[in-house]
Amino acid sequence: MDPYIAGVLLGLVLLVSFYLTGRGLGASGATRSMVVSAVSAVAPGHAENTTFFHKYRSDESPMKSWLVLEIAGVIIGGFLSGAWAGRLKLKVEHSPKITPKKRIVMATIGGLFFGFGSQLGRGCTSGAALTGMATLSLAGFVTMMAIFGTAFALAYFFRKNWI
Amino acid sequence: MGPIVPLFNISNEINLLMAFIIGLGFGFVLEQAGFSSSRKLAGMFYGYDITVLKVFFTAAITGMLGLIFLNFMGLIDLDIVYINEYYVTSSIIGGVIMGAGFIIGGFCPGTSFTAAAIGKIDAMWFVFGSIVGIFIFGEVYPLLETMYMSNYEGSVKISTILGIRDGYFALLLIVVASLMFWIGEIAEKKFKREDIIDEI
Repeated sequence: MDPYIAGVLLGLVLLVSFYLTGRGLGASGATRSMVVSAVSAVAPGHAENTTFFHKYRSDESPMKSWLVLEIAGVIIGGFLSGAWAGRLKLKVEHSPKITPKKRIVMATIGGLFFGFGSQLGRGCTSGAALTGMATLSLAGFVTMMAIFGTAFALAYFFRKNWI
Repeated sequence: MGPIVPLFNISNEINLLMAFIIGLGFGFVLEQAGFSSSRKLAGMFYGYDITVLKVFFTAAITGMLGLIFLNFMGLIDLDIVYINEYYVTSSIIGGVIMGAGFIIGGFCPGTSFTAAAIGKIDAMWFVFGSIVGIFIFGEVYPLLETMYMSNYEGSVKISTILGIRDGYFALLLIVVASLMFWIGEIAEKKFKREDIIDEI
């Protein structure tokens, strides 16, 4: 799809979300909800005594969390789009210059950083940057610049993974 | 008048159904934009594919203009719409850590879910990594709490800081984004990588 058209459609999805529910889009919050539920189930005492898990602990199941339901939609929506475009395929996508194994290690480390940073930054590219920018929040613009600025600044050091 | 859910006491079940339907649209558009490919996303940082820039800024501007127009027509109460709170230190440091994660891992959380949904195994590992990252944050939170809560500025708007009206800021952002799109498209020609574009 043309990127500008995709951008307008994404902006409209975001707008519908604001109009209907008063909140924008998100992603990392859903993962947090799952982590908190998992910790509470496996080690309830630990979840109770750990400030951060306790803060986000809810007595309801994670399946009643707004962001978890939204992300369930994202996964199914992504799957439907991939099926429609004929892109469904189990594979490790990597540059020919690195092995699939290295790609998996890097993807895992990248995810670890992103997950950690999203909690410190109170949201990721969706919830903090995109949604924040649409509401003109200064936090959204600062987070966006920090994310993209850092990725640009470090691009040279990780070039062998991509180009 | 919107937002509908908080103003009309809509039941939680209906709200969750809306979340699911909004997510369907979100995931579908992300995948259609090509964001289920890490090599396409990373193209942004090497100049051979600036789809991220185009989609991200077009979406932010569309959402921003939509909110401004809905507010102007009295169709949405912006006092109820959530505006992200600004904690200077943690916004910047969190963003820097996320930026490192982006260039190392090639996804952000939202795009990793759509990529995993179409079978990208590396994206599934990214999701696993982010679960671990969030768990670690939870464990070390007491050490970071002071920094996490420091320099709180409230739900401050960028237009307020600049001392201009929201509409003027949106216009300014459109001009800046157009310039970036123009420069980005020149970069796409200069740093062209047919071999990568063919594969993604």
